[in-house]
Amino acid sequence: MRRLKSIGAFWYDFVVGDDWRVAVVVVAALALTTVLVHAAGVNAWWLLPVCVFAALGWSLRRATRS
Amino acid sequence: MTALPLILTVFVACAVEAIEALTIVLAAGLTREWRSTFQGMAVALAVLAAIVAALGPTITLLPLTALRLAVGALLAVFGLQWLRKAILRATGYKSLHDEASAYLREVTAAKAAGISSRGRVHDWYAFTLAFKGVLLEGLEVVFIVITFGANQRNVGAAVIGAAAAVVVVAVTGVLVRAPLAKVPENAMKFAVGIMLTSFGIFWGAEGAGVAWPGQDAALLVLVPVVALVALCYTLLPRPRRGRSPAEPATEKVVSS
Repeated sequence: MRRLKSIGAFWYDFVVGDDWRVAVVVVAALALTTVLVHAAGVNAWWLLPVCVFAALGWSLRRATRS
Repeated sequence: MTALPLILTVFVACAVEAIEALTIVLAAGLTREWRSTFQGMAVALAVLAAIVAALGPTITLLPLTALRLAVGALLAVFGLQWLRKAILRATGYKSLHDEASAYLREVTAAKAAGISSRGRVHDWYAFTLAFKGVLLEGLEVVFIVITFGANQRNVGAAVIGAAAAVVVVAVTGVLVRAPLAKVPENAMKFAVGIMLTSFGIFWGAEGAGVAWPGQDAALLVLVPVVALVALCYTLLPRPRRGRSPAEPATEKVVSS
């Protein structure tokens, strides 16, 4: 169990890193893009870049405050 | 899209990781012994090659749309991690990656450790140091090779880029016999972060069903835009004097 936990922690740190909120924003933006494209017929190519830039700025702001 | 951008991106990303692995291998080889170091390195390379051989062909069997969505998300998250650290380093909130000091740390630890042998390995410390260093840095290379290669349906080209980077760094390391501290590693990491994030956005959105204006040519706009935004973020206010950049308030010290 401990080994499984450490493997999980390694891969989490490897892919997600210091700020999990960035990963959440990326996944949410992709989900929203999928819905907009397939359900609403909107070619929302701009949504993911905008969310990525905002997430990066937000994460940097959190890291540089205090 | 031609294979050249794929090969170049993988080459630069893998060169950065190879430089870090070289520092560890040199510390193990020069302060302990070369035979055990090479054994550790060889076993790690065999494990990495087995991962690529197993995952590379398997992952290309997935439907392209699902693959691009999953890999795009992973690459965007992974790339943003690189980019975030690179910007924090550029703005002084995180200490710059310095191969010379990393080498000194490894050498000090290697000199202090005792010698014990196991099986055919004469110096277990040198073996594990080289094994872990090459495996951990190599995993990032494998990740990039598989994601980029699978998405372009050209794992071979990605492997060529990675192999070329490893050979160039290894040959340079053998000639110099010192960590490659003069390589602009932090600038290279910044560039790699931009490329990983850009490709992640491009493939992720394509996987979500988006049709990019200009199709593949959109990357020619997306990459400079990501670079521009990242450069703008480096204009963030610098930390006040007296605060150590090596101990930023919310940062853990990790390798990439």
